[in-house]
Amino acid sequence: MDSLRHLKDEEIVILLNDLLEQYGYDFTDYSFASVKRRLQRVYTTDRFPSFAEFRYRVKSDPVYLTYLMEQITVNVTEMFRDPAFFEALRKHVLPVLATYPFIRIWHAGCSTGEEVYSMAILLHEMDLLHKSVIYATDINESVLEKARKGIFPLAHMQQYSQNYQQSGGQQEFSRYYAANYEYAKFSELLSEKIIFAAHNLVTDRSFNEFQLIVCRNVLIYFNKDLQDKVLHLFSDSLEQLGFMALGAKETLRFTSIASLFKPIVQKEKIWRKIST
Amino acid sequence: MIPVSKLLVIGGSAGSLDILMQLLPELEADWPLAMIIVLHRKSDSDMLLARLLAGKTCLPLKEADEKDLLLPGHIYIAPSDYHLLIEPDGSLTLDASEKVNYSRPSIDVTFMSAAEVFGDRLYCILLSGANIDGTEGLKEVKELGGFIAVQDPEEAEVAFMPKHAMTVVPVDKVLGIREMISFVKELS
Repeated sequence: MDSLRHLKDEEIVILLNDLLEQYGYDFTDYSFASVKRRLQRVYTTDRFPSFAEFRYRVKSDPVYLTYLMEQITVNVTEMFRDPAFFEALRKHVLPVLATYPFIRIWHAGCSTGEEVYSMAILLHEMDLLHKSVIYATDINESVLEKARKGIFPLAHMQQYSQNYQQSGGQQEFSRYYAANYEYAKFSELLSEKIIFAAHNLVTDRSFNEFQLIVCRNVLIYFNKDLQDKVLHLFSDSLEQLGFMALGAKETLRFTSIASLFKPIVQKEKIWRKIST
Repeated sequence: MIPVSKLLVIGGSAGSLDILMQLLPELEADWPLAMIIVLHRKSDSDMLLARLLAGKTCLPLKEADEKDLLLPGHIYIAPSDYHLLIEPDGSLTLDASEKVNYSRPSIDVTFMSAAEVFGDRLYCILLSGANIDGTEGLKEVKELGGFIAVQDPEEAEVAFMPKHAMTVVPVDKVLGIREMISFVKELS
């Protein structure tokens, strides 16, 4: 049986130390099992003959590093992912934000931007986009580059359109993009109000105060300490009565900021900050 | 360090639910392993499956949450739309990355992750299905010293999945439903 070589736990630790010391990317508080699986996948796919060569490539080739960063972090996303969540935003969160003169939203860990454009569509449909700014951040510059373009595979549009309708969308979804060969380019009307910027949740600080922070399926990759640290960062970055939205399997329960928040739509993981 | 010494992982796809409904009621309250069930199903986030299966066993059974710790006599169901991984300390990680074999949760992903942590203290059983998911995982479990079995394709509602595994990796046991029940019951 031809068996591919497995990276050892010690080798993973060495690699993570390299990434931290040489590039300042700290994955040491990430889920070990997840990071190991991602690194193993790259190691196998790229057919490195030995760990030493893998390590050398990471340390000496900045282009490869960019690729590796994109591979270690999970960049699976879609527009209106979990339609019920976006429906809840439409019904329970945005009507409250509508009463503010100016709306600031932070979408943390936005990856290639599909959910950010979805948010912009919601704001547009509720006639709030003109007074909103969405700060969309991610650790990877390369996925942000894709997000800024707002160009997504046309093949996905059928699924996205379905998600959109399930989330309560009433329009023809295709009005938001121009189809060109295999791609759909989303209207600049939407991206005008989005600021894409690199931000590392592990090492960077708060940069503003927001009324809504969305961070879905990011915390699941962090260990308890890092989750706690990031949740504090979010809490400190939220205005009083601001909203926080997490992924389907993420929760504030049992965390040290739980008492500052009350659930608004429990099933969709939306909380509101009720004290400081 | 890990609060349980041995782990059983059962992976299944089309036609597997029925076997679980027969197996689970047979396990007694002092069954000593931890069990993870990875079952392909339509992607939706409700907890119907966990509720259904919980009604069939006297053991504590829940849909896995991230950071849950594997405990003796506890059963964890991989939630739909997430892969389930096991950390070196025996806690669980959920992972929303790409589908594997068109599946999330993927059986391969959990088999492999379990093998890395539990090595020869791991038992894996692959049930009925129309997918190749599970085969690569069983291969790796075997390499790392774990015990691997498949449901007897003759008895499986959809024979493809266990059959495919058998053609690729030499399994330790082929289990009919009666044998499977006594095999699992007697694990200690």
